[in-house]
Amino acid sequence: MIATTNMQKPFSLKKQPGFGIIAILCFVMLYAPIATLVIYSFNAGRYISIWEGFSLQWYVSAWHNEAVQDAAVRSLVLALQASIYSTILATMAALGTTRTRPFPGLTAIYVMINQPLMVPEIVTAVALLTLFAMIKAATGIQGMIYLVSAHTAFCIPFAYLPIRARLEGMNLMLETAAADLYATPWKTFWRITLPLLWPGIIAGAMLAFVISLDDVVITEFVKSSGQETLPTYMLGQLRRVVSPEINAISTVLVGLSISVVGLFFVVDKKFGK
Amino acid sequence: MENTAAVSNLVEDAQRERTRKSWLLSTPALLVLAFAASGPLLIVLVYSFLSSGEYGGVVWKFSTDAWFNVVFHRDIFDGTMALADAHLIILWRSIKLSFFTTATTLIIGFPTAYFIATRPRKTRNIWLLLITIPFWTNLLIRTFAILEVIRNEGLINIGLQRFGVIDGPIQMLYTDFAIMVGMTYVYLPLMVLPLYASMERLDFNLVEAAYDLYASRNKVLHRVIIPLVKPGIISGSILVFIPSLGAFVTPRVLGGGKKMMLGNLIELQFGAGRNWPLGAALSITLLGIVMIALLIYVRTTQSNSGSRL
Repeated sequence: MIATTNMQKPFSLKKQPGFGIIAILCFVMLYAPIATLVIYSFNAGRYISIWEGFSLQWYVSAWHNEAVQDAAVRSLVLALQASIYSTILATMAALGTTRTRPFPGLTAIYVMINQPLMVPEIVTAVALLTLFAMIKAATGIQGMIYLVSAHTAFCIPFAYLPIRARLEGMNLMLETAAADLYATPWKTFWRITLPLLWPGIIAGAMLAFVISLDDVVITEFVKSSGQETLPTYMLGQLRRVVSPEINAISTVLVGLSISVVGLFFVVDKKFGK
Repeated sequence: MENTAAVSNLVEDAQRERTRKSWLLSTPALLVLAFAASGPLLIVLVYSFLSSGEYGGVVWKFSTDAWFNVVFHRDIFDGTMALADAHLIILWRSIKLSFFTTATTLIIGFPTAYFIATRPRKTRNIWLLLITIPFWTNLLIRTFAILEVIRNEGLINIGLQRFGVIDGPIQMLYTDFAIMVGMTYVYLPLMVLPLYASMERLDFNLVEAAYDLYASRNKVLHRVIIPLVKPGIISGSILVFIPSLGAFVTPRVLGGGKKMMLGNLIELQFGAGRNWPLGAALSITLLGIVMIALLIYVRTTQSNSGSRL
């Protein structure tokens, strides 16, 4: 030990000159803009670049803004619905497509499920706009059903991926044992498969919730008038002179996303193995 | 003999039963996706071959005008034809900015992913979480955060003026540069994550062997590390390039309608432009470019894994 400390620094295999500095700069760059946004949401003044003291006034005014209230409630209800529906559908699909020998059409199912990840959002958005315009003209049906079905569809792959990963890592032995002990397939599913799969389902539902909550493009095209969600409300506001209220709303949304993702990591760490 | 035939029949039956169940379980999800994701794309394809209605929408009459208008422009007075400059400029800007964004994220993302992959196992997950958190933060909010930093009254300009580096603000907002900075910022995690995934598996025995053979650090990087993590580089580049090409929110907020990209041009046709067939043709064009990029990706990754076997 003493000998090495007297010598030069030991040769490191992994070192590459400058990489550490770039990496640290990268992390600073990633967080500086968001941090600025959060800090200035507590600013007493009207302007983003001039600090005039700590205040919660923008949170208060956003809270009392009826348009914001309305959009926030709609966003949450929509995200909740979309995540529940997409998680149920994705769980079934994952049970159908894992732990089976490859069969004709399996690849087609994969492609179909992952399709929302591949097609640019703007293309899906205009496609849904045209389809829903046709349906509205033909049937006269209005309401949230269009947003709910669009959100459910693009949330499916996000819910599907963690559930499928969980299923593939699961041991078949317990289920075989249950079947050996004359459990019916239903009983095996409810008592063995589902409890084991639960962490994957929770993770999938959380990802779907965040994805639905964050969506701007598809919602912007599918929504009818009076169906603003928080992101589309904010997009509309960005065209005008931006009120620091937007900073306050952003901060709350950032906090919400971070808590959900943090929870996701905890769930994944605790039960993921 | 009869027994083995009966057994193989049973196995076959069981497999057929399993396949039937697979389809049954997948069908509800597939139906929803067919209704609200894949199916509507066919309508867009059909619409691109129709005539446009006067107040938006379409007239059910076959026409190739929309596809013609993607590239050409017919003068409404004398009927002469010319290249549709406006469209081509936007198409070129989309491709150019997507390339620059991909290159910039690679230059920043490569050392970052390497840095994370070479941390001790315990702290590695924390660094990884730090990359993931911005990725799960609303894209609009991240774009808005960049807007606040680079606008004329934003942090950079105010800071530079206070320190007397510049007299007046530098106009960064509503330029190609702003869009590129914004896209680099929002898509950076998409580059770092796949790069990290392939660097994590990097076999440092090979690096050690190279050093034993008197390779320099630079040579080890270019001749050993980069070739080994090439699949990660390709995945990351595709994952950044595709959403950049179809970007809508970032160019709208940071380009401010002055600097449009393909996504904004498509929106314009379905909105104020009232030319749905042209919008549909542009959408199919965008989809086509994305599919070609994906196809190249699948080809290269397959040939890569093939050569390794």
